[in-house]
Amino acid sequence: MTETVIHRSNPGIDPHFHVWGWEVPIYLFLGGLVAGLMVIAGARLLLMRPNQRQAMVCCTIGPLAGLALLSLGMLALFLDLEHKLYVWRLYLTFEITSPMSWGSWILLAVYPALLANALVHLPETLPSVARRIPILTTISDFMLARPRIIILTGLANVLLGIGLGIYTGILLGALGARPLWNSAVLGPLFLFSGLSSAAAFLHGILVVSMPDDERPAFADFLISTVTGWTKARPLDTRLAPALAQADNSFLTIEFALIGLFFIGHLTSTAVHQQAIGLLLNGPYAAVFWVFVVGLGILLPLILQHFELLHRIRHTLAPALLVLGGGLALRFIIVAAGQASHWSSLASH
Amino acid sequence: MRYGMVIDTRRCVGCMDCVVACKTENNVPEGYCRDWITETTTGEFPTLRHEIRTERCNHCAHPPCVHCCPTGASHVHERGGVVLVTPEECIGCKACLAACPYDARFVHPDGYASKCTFCIHRVEQGLEPACVSVCPTRCMHFGDLDDPQSEVSRLLAANRAHSLLPEAGTQPSIYYIN
Ligand code: SF4
Ligand code: SF4
Repeated sequence: MTETVIHRSNPGIDPHFHVWGWEVPIYLFLGGLVAGLMVIAGARLLLMRPNQRQAMVCCTIGPLAGLALLSLGMLALFLDLEHKLYVWRLYLTFEITSPMSWGSWILLAVYPALLANALVHLPETLPSVARRIPILTTISDFMLARPRIIILTGLANVLLGIGLGIYTGILLGALGARPLWNSAVLGPLFLFSGLSSAAAFLHGILVVSMPDDERPAFADFLISTVTGWTKARPLDTRLAPALAQADNSFLTIEFALIGLFFIGHLTSTAVHQQAIGLLLNGPYAAVFWVFVVGLGILLPLILQHFELLHRIRHTLAPALLVLGGGLALRFIIVAAGQASHWSSLASH
Repeated sequence: MRYGMVIDTRRCVGCMDCVVACKTENNVPEGYCRDWITETTTGEFPTLRHEIRTERCNHCAHPPCVHCCPTGASHVHERGGVVLVTPEECIGCKACLAACPYDARFVHPDGYASKCTFCIHRVEQGLEPACVSVCPTRCMHFGDLDDPQSEVSRLLAANRAHSLLPEAGTQPSIYYIN
């Protein structure tokens, strides 16, 4: 038996370590989602045949949304900083051993890559915007006339997207003091969770742009808001099955990676076994299995399977479930990781 | 040169003089502390063993708090491997707090990460850290672990000592004799 009493009461540290609140999980979720949007947009750009209208949602609306979502994520991260006025210090140095330093520099490259991807097909997707800002058409024509630029843009988006997605997991994985996060699987897990969230996000956009009679009522509200503002051309909803298919593949891989995450911890040291117990049968188990695995992965997998078999219509439900599951994954991993500790098994 | 401490827990009575001395010397804000007392009881009744320790940042030779810092605010001082934070470079991201297995750091109310400095400002003047200098039982010893003739090295050679959480792989510079 070991009983330890610590006569210390530092805020955020005692009695339980909890220094990261809602801001960091939101940042990690949005970072993962944007990473997924980049990979899908980049891959689509590389694989697309000329003038394929289906590219619009992936190659234009995805990256445009990515720019906004990433900015929101950065805002959340900024709000988490305790010494906000010194944030520029991030860009006076590059610390090779610090994942956060890598991330802040990667984020600088992500913005131009997303913007370039969005610009390629922007005039076709948002003709009203392009009419008002003619230079957008000039830039798009310039890029489309040079296949090398298209390939470079696509490649940059795929590679930076993979880097960003993995970074969101490694950021936690590198913090050895919190045993729950000590897993190389966390990088790929957050990447595939980001990919599934991105596919679900784009799938959701396609569902809201379906013909009036097929569209769910809630989607009507969304589409009137968005198209009323941008006057976008109707999107080709034939891409919806492809995105549902892609989403199901990503969700399946994510499910397998969760399995590996558990196996890795359960076959590791006593400290790591104790840490994974938080998700297996501890205080975070119920929310993890219900919101991440049940509602966030398995139910959308089943729903999208039936959508693909044409048994049920494409609806917003799987997209909302996948996005909710991705968000829950970040919240639970960040909170449970902070609750995991080496010294709970302290020996000397 | 590697500064370190050897603390004889057989002498420590948990009087917290070291805690008060540190707060006074370093202007540690109210409600926070850079060093603290930990009591550990091990074994089964009636063969129990009780250890009282004064703890602080271990100034690890392999400091994860420094490795994860994105701005270089957390760094290893050129003298004695002391781990320090430069407040003007710290953005308050709290990665170092999450990286420290000893929970030795906290966020200062002014927004930057803070912790024990081994009183490097005193040590550079040839003085002992404030906590060591006030200990009424003289249970704390400070010096160069790399010098075999130093008091700390001789104490380590002559006694059975342990560091905290060696399994975390941070190679602490504070040892406890028990
Ligand atoms: S005890 Fe913690 S804060 Fe101090 S050097 Fe080691 S890891 Fe860093
Ligand atoms: S809180 Fe400050 S010292 Fe700690 S990792 Fe962040 S920038 Fe570095």
